[in-house]
Amino acid sequence: MAELQLKSHRFRDEREADWRRLEALLARVEKGGARKLKRDELVEMPVLYRQALSSLSVARAISLDQELTAYLESLCTRAYFFVYGVRARPLERLADFLVRDLPKAVQALWRETLVSAALTVAGTISAYLLVRRDPDWFYSFIPGQLAEGREPTATTAFLKQTLYDRGDTHHSLATLATFLFTHNSQVALFAFALGFALCLPTAGLMLMNGCMLGAFLALFVSHGLGVQATGWLMIHGVTELSAVTLAGAAGFSIGWAVAFPGDKRRIDAATDAGRRAATVMGGVILMLFVAGLLEGFARQLITNDVARLSVAAATAVAWGLYYYGPRTRRPS
Amino acid sequence: MTVVDAARPGSRKGRRPWRRPQNDGWRELVTPEGVDLRLKIGAFSERCGAFIIDLFIMLAVLVAISLVLALVSWRTQWSFTGDVATILWLLGFFLLRNFYFIGFELRAGAATPGKRALGLRVAARDGGRLTANAVFARNALRELEIFLPASFLFARGLGVDAGLIALGAIWSGVFLLFPLFNQDRLRLGDLAAGTMVVKAPRRVLRPDLAGPAVGAAIGPTFTEAQLDAYGIKELHALEEVLRRADRRTVAQVADRIRKKIAWDGPLDLSDKAFLSAYYAALRARLETGLLFGRRKADKFDRPPTG
Repeated sequence: MAELQLKSHRFRDEREADWRRLEALLARVEKGGARKLKRDELVEMPVLYRQALSSLSVARAISLDQELTAYLESLCTRAYFFVYGVRARPLERLADFLVRDLPKAVQALWRETLVSAALTVAGTISAYLLVRRDPDWFYSFIPGQLAEGREPTATTAFLKQTLYDRGDTHHSLATLATFLFTHNSQVALFAFALGFALCLPTAGLMLMNGCMLGAFLALFVSHGLGVQATGWLMIHGVTELSAVTLAGAAGFSIGWAVAFPGDKRRIDAATDAGRRAATVMGGVILMLFVAGLLEGFARQLITNDVARLSVAAATAVAWGLYYYGPRTRRPS
Repeated sequence: MTVVDAARPGSRKGRRPWRRPQNDGWRELVTPEGVDLRLKIGAFSERCGAFIIDLFIMLAVLVAISLVLALVSWRTQWSFTGDVATILWLLGFFLLRNFYFIGFELRAGAATPGKRALGLRVAARDGGRLTANAVFARNALRELEIFLPASFLFARGLGVDAGLIALGAIWSGVFLLFPLFNQDRLRLGDLAAGTMVVKAPRRVLRPDLAGPAVGAAIGPTFTEAQLDAYGIKELHALEEVLRRADRRTVAQVADRIRKKIAWDGPLDLSDKAFLSAYYAALRARLETGLLFGRRKADKFDRPPTG
């Protein structure tokens, strides 16, 4: 048994330098992305990866050194994820997302969007009617801290003042905008995530959202401030309500796919719906950001009812055109 | 039997993939080049550990941000900076809560610091690219899995409210424990995004135990009968013993092997040197067998003839 060198060991000796080289490149890539590599190193990468892969196949066949096969498996896996991994540049991806992916995903959810909108409207109408008949209902729809004194017992003068308040009593405008944005985004994400629980909680959330709207409107209408309150709400509300409606629609699409997967396997149906819904949610966050800006700045700075209502109408048209408007088809 | 096994390059340890029990934590991932990379699914415990590490990092960052902002607005004493500080804090908290995971998982490593610490990473379940949508979806559902049960945990109530909270906690607990009820340890987020979390540890290549240094330094030789006493399974066990280099285990194993193969060579050979030499010789013999298409899976297997 005087064989001084095993074949498997010679095999390792001859290739080890290449593996080490791949390992070093990978370590740099994993730290800072593909930008860390020079041009020729980038070209070298797939070659080294395929070498390592073929080494792995050979090692599995001829070597009984566990260390070697385990090392090569981990090296190849890391290289695989790099070579076949995400490669689009962030800005390009963002442009793609805004121009193509987002409107397409939103259009695909038109049924869910209708349901979600219908639930919100139903909530609004029922809460409106209930509060008009018996103002005590107001307290069941609006939590105390949100009302901030805007209650059925408040005077018309006070209510009117809240509509045109510049908001600098509590917070500066920017702080308020930031707070509203983060708060609303969290609610929207919640509506989306709850869709997984077979749609019902999302439906509840949509109804509740509508109810709050209806209750507020009823309160102001009963004091003869209907138009003014609509302007106050809708200047940002068009954007915000559409965003929440879309979030609900995204939630519904997932819940529906889980409950009724159709021809697909349940897990595949959930995955397809989940990815599309995630795209929509990206748009929802964006819309809520805009809504936060409108609510924090525009609403406090513009105190003219007509101006407020025209801003609301303009946003409605803009979002509608962006999502559903005709667009020239780009060759893909 | 052994010949068939050796003809399949993918079957390590003589085990065939289709005979592998389903729930062993390994998944096939065949690259476009046709090689199975054999991924290991990240265990539930590891994923919890990674999440806890991430949670602590987020908490530490939040505390640091708060301290710095508080310090700055206290030092400058402007009402203006106070506002800016509040905005920065709110935005920082929001970004941290929602984009900590997304940001890290979109990078080339596809892992948060916690995941990296435990050798985990996110991968697309179909072996393809991990898209930004998938990363977004899997993290948006975290809201449902972690923060919903947490909100029930901190809720208080009496009577009917308490009952409802308890029911809610149980109901949302289902989402939290969801990974325990499927083979791939998928969270709901993974399910919706088509991803899975796999082990992708960085390994360093340690020196070969049967390198030329071992073969040259000692000269004990073994007869064929002595080498046929063991197979591949025992060889691998021996490799682990040698790598761990625990003195007592080495002594015990050396004793047992000496007895089994009726060792009559020099007795002054240390246990470690003996085992190293035996390992090198056994591996040489078994690997030669492999090259000729004979795979001796373990000590009960038919000895390779010739």
